Amino acid sequence: MGWGIDLKGIVSPFTALKYLGKHPHTVRYPYEKKKTAKRYRGFHINDLEKCVGCGNCAKICMNETIDMVKVEGIEPKTGDSGLRPKVDYGRCCWCALCVDVCPTGSLKLSTDYVYVDEDPNSFLYIPGLERKEYEKNVGWTCETDLDSLLDLERVEMKIMPPDERVKTFAEAVYGYTVEEAKREAERCTGCGVCISACPDRMHIPDYIKAIRDGQFDESVRIIYDNNPLPEMCGKVCTRRCEFNCIMTHRAGKENAIAIRWLKRFACEQFESYEEVLNLQPQPLNGKKVAIVGGGPSGLTVAYYLRLKGYETVVFEEMPKAGGMTMAGIPKYRFPIPSLDKQLNHIKSVGVEIRENTKVVKGEPKSNNEVSFEKLKEEFDAVFLGIGLTQPMKLGVEGEDLEGSIQALPLLKAVNFGEKINVGQKAVVIGGGNVAMDCVRVLRRFGVDVTLSYRRREVDMPADNEEIHEAKEEGVVFRTQTIPVEIIGDENGKVKAIKIQRAEMVPDPKGGRPRPVPIEGAYEVWECDNVIAAIGQKADYSFLPDDIVEKLDLQWGKIPVNERGMTKVEGIFAGGDAVNWTADAISAIADGLKAVKGIDEYLSGK
Amino acid sequence: MSKVVKIFHGPQHPGITGNMSVELDLIGETIVKARTHVGYLHRAFEKLVERRTAMQAFTIVCRICVPEPDPNEENFARAIEEITGLEVPERAKWIRVLVLELSRLAAYHLWMGGQAGSTGLYTVPQWSVGYRDYILDLFEELTGGRVYHMYIIPGGVRRDLPDGFLDRVSDVMDLIESKLPEFDRLFFDNAVFKKRAIGTAVIDPETAIERGVVGPPLRACGIASDVRRDDPYEIYDKLDFDVITEKGGDVYARALVRRREMEQSIKIIRQIIKYIPDGPYRTKIPYPMNWKLKAGETYVKTESARGEFGYYMVTDGSEYIRRMNVRGPAYVHGVSLLEDMLEGAQLADVAMIMNSLGTCPPEIER
Repeated sequence: MGWGIDLKGIVSPFTALKYLGKHPHTVRYPYEKKKTAKRYRGFHINDLEKCVGCGNCAKICMNETIDMVKVEGIEPKTGDSGLRPKVDYGRCCWCALCVDVCPTGSLKLSTDYVYVDEDPNSFLYIPGLERKEYEKNVGWTCETDLDSLLDLERVEMKIMPPDERVKTFAEAVYGYTVEEAKREAERCTGCGVCISACPDRMHIPDYIKAIRDGQFDESVRIIYDNNPLPEMCGKVCTRRCEFNCIMTHRAGKENAIAIRWLKRFACEQFESYEEVLNLQPQPLNGKKVAIVGGGPSGLTVAYYLRLKGYETVVFEEMPKAGGMTMAGIPKYRFPIPSLDKQLNHIKSVGVEIRENTKVVKGEPKSNNEVSFEKLKEEFDAVFLGIGLTQPMKLGVEGEDLEGSIQALPLLKAVNFGEKINVGQKAVVIGGGNVAMDCVRVLRRFGVDVTLSYRRREVDMPADNEEIHEAKEEGVVFRTQTIPVEIIGDENGKVKAIKIQRAEMVPDPKGGRPRPVPIEGAYEVWECDNVIAAIGQKADYSFLPDDIVEKLDLQWGKIPVNERGMTKVEGIFAGGDAVNWTADAISAIADGLKAVKGIDEYLSGK
Repeated sequence: MSKVVKIFHGPQHPGITGNMSVELDLIGETIVKARTHVGYLHRAFEKLVERRTAMQAFTIVCRICVPEPDPNEENFARAIEEITGLEVPERAKWIRVLVLELSRLAAYHLWMGGQAGSTGLYTVPQWSVGYRDYILDLFEELTGGRVYHMYIIPGGVRRDLPDGFLDRVSDVMDLIESKLPEFDRLFFDNAVFKKRAIGTAVIDPETAIERGVVGPPLRACGIASDVRRDDPYEIYDKLDFDVITEKGGDVYARALVRRREMEQSIKIIRQIIKYIPDGPYRTKIPYPMNWKLKAGETYVKTESARGEFGYYMVTDGSEYIRRMNVRGPAYVHGVSLLEDMLEGAQLADVAMIMNSLGTCPPEIER
């Protein structure tokens, strides 16, 4: 490099002069705002109606930009915490991870933003005071499942194939392996929205987290905090939690976190619970509580009151406690060893369960009976967990024929290993879970089963899974059919059933559509048995008349106050005979309510 | 006259990328001793990453380098993928390379502005930053952000290419390519720049190897070293491009390496436009807040616009990264090497030399 003249180097830069006077390609004058790209990450917009306040956005935000706050006009409800995200743009880095973990898709970013303003509140997103004008300009959204950072697909539960299932009463669902359970538990975002749906308010996110961390014993301890029959719930719970799981918003019911299976998994990890829980019941305080009925609500009361130091005695009419979970639920769903494990644990803390003991009114006629009056006298409090044991009748002609039976006695007989007398072809009437249990049990006896239900399949109160599995097992579904008459042969046996087809008529008041029989559309189905599974009611015949009167039954149910106490002092009640949801987890919840109530009542609080 | 004058060049100085200070001992205009002072931009990135789950940490790493954030994202994602054994779909890899090369182009445009600005040629930054904006527009369309993209995540990329995006990339490439000769005339052939750059801050090949110099400064010494070819990551082994070298090892040679590499980047991007496969753009990962990273350690590196950019990562089986170390080229170039380069240089050349070495304070002080 010398000092020679670089003529090209001196002249060539002046070629830039050709742009002199040309319109610049970057500066716009007069000022026009550049249109932002479709995916731009500007300020937040949130559909407050769609949002369920799960708080995933607040949790993932690495700058703690988002707070979940109460908003006027939005109340907490089942599946909705009632809180909504508030965003502070002083902290936001616009990474939009909040959008990508939003399960409902309510949270989005707009293409609009403010970068200078004299009002500091411009840099806050306060729910309820949003800038509505932003909502027109949606920017970054989470549209497809692949965009979402949630793990939307449930770990599949292995189940026995249908052709194997119908041959056996062995448990159909195999349960998760450790690896599968951890993977499923990993999907849970721990938002806790599900808790609001659980009648018993179980600590769902906590026990799922314990499973995720491999601390199965801790998980069981958390579960046992307010559920003494968790393995039962882990197998047959009606799982309202899952239907309110935030995953369902994007991925559908079938991809909710498998809360039920995870609970089952945790409980199945241990042969018995004594060692895991290592409970030290309080020493007896001298107060005695009688529990009539050894179902979920009764066992709950007995277990937790005993832990608090009360002497509890359960009077169970059947040879084994468990209530409907023993007598009603078929063993392919809830095997006996599983129930025994939980009953043994309940007994291990000192609960006395008197099986084969019927509570009656008046004087007992045998050793297997105790009089209610005596219970009332001897015990400081009585809890009625009597359940619904009386099957309802169809109310059609021919119901008394031989071969026309009720679902509950049938299921009970099967569960207690008694011999049942059924023919080759059966028609089951009903659309609830009992009907499903009934048809599936009959299939296991090789019976050709037809299910008749007056409404459509979507209207069935039964669990979708049950419906699906029943169909897989070869049950014929005939919906919109109403039984008219059961036809008998000359020997007084069921020969056929006459049904009438129905059409669905929308309710002018906006209720659910009603089935209305179509005139003349009759069918006759040949069958050997007709089984009614259309509901049950409580049996109060064991109670003295004056007490029944004082209980002030309403539509067959016992009214109770917030302590679980009936209108008769010292008598508490819970379970199917009290609540309208009539499932095991509600019964357990009732039981816990009564535990608190009885404890307060007897300790004079 | 041999009186030593001490002055601070920075931390606030228009010729400095980011906030960093050089303490200079001058005799007249000549520097006799230079000491770098860093710490003005320290934001404890490495520590912040340790206290956040992997996916939360991903939003931090791009901030380690403002002009070129994407190698950070790519490194971070690839390190996690290597540790956890996550498979990345083919299309995602192509998209990542597209982003990386666009980002290299954008970074070189910004560098052009800085290099020319520090030489006093103020038309160049006006132009180069203007054309860089077209690339930023592409980023905005693809990732939703112009500067910090937060786009390359462990498992792939966050969103698929928008409809017609590759056509627009193609248009921008045509535009940028057509403007390169104009930049030649304005800047690379400019007598002023040549006069000041040729023979300034020369690194000889031996020193370069000894000091661990990487990227354009190393290639400007005639050593053909490029992570993209020597240790191909993503899909670089499937692409056709040249590793550019120059002789001279001075500021001008480094400028020419970068200038010619822009053409290579355009060539790579055109290949991507032509051959990018269809398919998913992401593999599903566990829910980020519950994602337990398998215990392990790895070192991954990319070729950034400033040279080999590496991440060393250690995980311990929890949701958190136990330790992450960022090994950026600026650490070597901008601290120890710079001090030596400045000795004997002119005060007016300090900014030019810093720029030419690719000094980036946030990356030194990560």
